Amino acid sequence: MNILVCVSQVPDTTTRINVAADGKSMDPAGVKFILNPYDELAVEEGLRLRDKHKGEVTVITVGADSAKEALRQALAMGADKGILVKADKQDSFQVAEMLAAAIMPLNPDLILLGKQSIDFDGMEMAPMLSELLNLPCATVAVGLTIDGTTAKAEKEVEGGREVISLTMPCIIAAQKGLNDPRYPSLPNIMKAKQKPIQEIVGTPSAARTAIVGMTKPDKKRANKIVKADGDANAAAHELARLLHEEAKVI
Amino acid sequence: MNILVYLEERNGQIRKPSLEAIGAAHGLGGTVSVAIIGSAPSAVIDQARKLNVSAIYTASEPRLAEYSSSATGCALAAIAKQAGADVVLVGATGRGKDLAPRVAIRLEAGYVPDVVALSNEGGDIIATHPVYAGKAQMSVKVTTSTKVYSTRPNLWKAPKDSATSEPAIHAVAVNFADSNFAEQTKELILSQGKLDVAEADIIVSGGRGMRGPENWPLIEDLAQAFGAATGASRAVVDAGWRPHSEQVGQTGKTVSPTLYVAVGISGAVQHLAGMSSAKTIVAINKDENAPIFSIVDYGVVGDAFEILPALTAEINKLRGH
Ligand SMILES: Cc1cc2nc3c(=O)[nH]c(=O)nc-3n(C[C@H](O)[C@H](O)[C@H](O)COP(=O)(O)OP(=O)(O)OC[C@H]3O[C@@H](n4cnc5c(N)ncnc54)[C@H](O)[C@@H]3O)c2cc1C
Ligand SMILES: Nc1ncnc2c1ncn2[C@@H]1O[C@H](COP(=O)(O)O)[C@@H](O)[C@H]1O
Repeated sequence: MNILVCVSQVPDTTTRINVAADGKSMDPAGVKFILNPYDELAVEEGLRLRDKHKGEVTVITVGADSAKEALRQALAMGADKGILVKADKQDSFQVAEMLAAAIMPLNPDLILLGKQSIDFDGMEMAPMLSELLNLPCATVAVGLTIDGTTAKAEKEVEGGREVISLTMPCIIAAQKGLNDPRYPSLPNIMKAKQKPIQEIVGTPSAARTAIVGMTKPDKKRANKIVKADGDANAAAHELARLLHEEAKVI
Repeated sequence: MNILVYLEERNGQIRKPSLEAIGAAHGLGGTVSVAIIGSAPSAVIDQARKLNVSAIYTASEPRLAEYSSSATGCALAAIAKQAGADVVLVGATGRGKDLAPRVAIRLEAGYVPDVVALSNEGGDIIATHPVYAGKAQMSVKVTTSTKVYSTRPNLWKAPKDSATSEPAIHAVAVNFADSNFAEQTKELILSQGKLDVAEADIIVSGGRGMRGPENWPLIEDLAQAFGAATGASRAVVDAGWRPHSEQVGQTGKTVSPTLYVAVGISGAVQHLAGMSSAKTIVAINKDENAPIFSIVDYGVVGDAFEILPALTAEINKLRGH
């Protein structure tokens, strides 16, 4: 099975976000970048399917030279080779188009993604690729079984789960719960350095969105703290009063 | 400005996030129409008549008895073209988040996902979209003539039923491709009678401070008093005390309820990522230095095992139970 995994590089989850001088982007100074955590699930799923059905796992990313680091992390988990589509990206639509153009000639049997990249939290890449490549797609997948020419995905939705059947080849976006991603072992980290990364130059079409500004949320919270100090009833009474009279939520 | 709102249905009812998207549309000003897509969407048309919209567009297709995101996207794009829509709004539900990007591709339109505010500034639509797990917000302008947005649930008011005018009803013929049905939903398994965190107006969440699953009745009792859903931190889900569907946070669900009550939850950034946009935040924690207290509206420093039963009694009293 020829498996393709789309990965992105994102700021570490604990990063403090500061707005850059342009007022509309993140200041990258001091920020540690990691492989998007959902993409680890996608890579893991790809590796397991490769081991079961034989074949190859290729990881691909659209981004700057520095995004190669995310590819290396995926290679260290066990992926076979990487592709960097070098481009300056402004919006998801451009990324989807460049990914689709790079993926098309590879004819993968399965395309895996993360359910969202934790920078812009878009959740849009899988459905966009589905349209551009005309392949069926299931997102937020917590279960996947492949049986010859069909796949069955379990998808998390509000209030329950959906079971989706898809014809192969298809696109699956991974949600936590799909598997437990492995940690790269030291020998595999070393081996990853030797694995091939192909570079292609992406040509983005005109952006369809423009960022006007970026701000930190400035919601003022009342921040009233009641200390129980041994009298739970009095504290509960005061909290209920605040919720009723001040916040008016009950 | 022509605004088209997609009406998602479940069990023959229009879902609340779709109604809220109509509220967002009214906020933009302009003519609001709705789209109903399904195998035989008649019951929903009657509900839509009461929404005071100018037109109802329908597309029906027997194969949609089993939902397909691809086919629904194909139909919604066709309707948007026929309606001459300048703006397409979709509630950012699980299905909505799949649908909106597809429609954007089909309409060659720019798309902003999971919008928490939409404003019309002299003809320019500015959409606010939380990024970096809610640690920042982006204001985005779509530069194409057609614009697509998905709107986060629980932030806009659904329109009140009023039938002041009779909307025009247009049935739209859609050319589906067989490939639109290469993916279909075979089953929707709903957890019985449980309110989902992603949809709830009030959420009571428990963390590791609850010590074990055997103590969850304390959380459930308070949730019941509020009419709330129950949520959980990742620590609790990873320990197997609660199902993953209840997890709030970066790797769980993002919620924007009117009231969020965090009990025995320390307030790690990854948890805050999922709930910091709640209107009112309450924490109960025995450690007065717990990070959660820095983002709350109201907090109680105390032992959850003593506070919870007392608070449940107080809320029941207030709500006349
Ligand atoms: C990539 C990544 C993604 C993550 N995603 C998520 C996510 O989606 N959601 C999430 O929640 N976490 C997530 N986490 C984990 C997160 O970092 C924290 O570990 C987790 O939120 C801690 O859960 P907790 O607050 O229940 O437990 P703890 O941090 O152990 O806190 C327990 C709290 O209970 C209090 N307490 C103890 N006893 C009592 C008592 N009797 N009465 C009152 N209070 C009491 C303590 O003072 C303490 O503050 C993620 C981490 C990573 C690295
Ligand atoms: N620049 C990129 N290059 C390759 N894959 C990406 C890129 N951005 C996002 N993806 C993939 O798309 C998924 C969803 O991302 P998003 O739609 O941006 O939330 C991610 O988990 C990745 O698998």
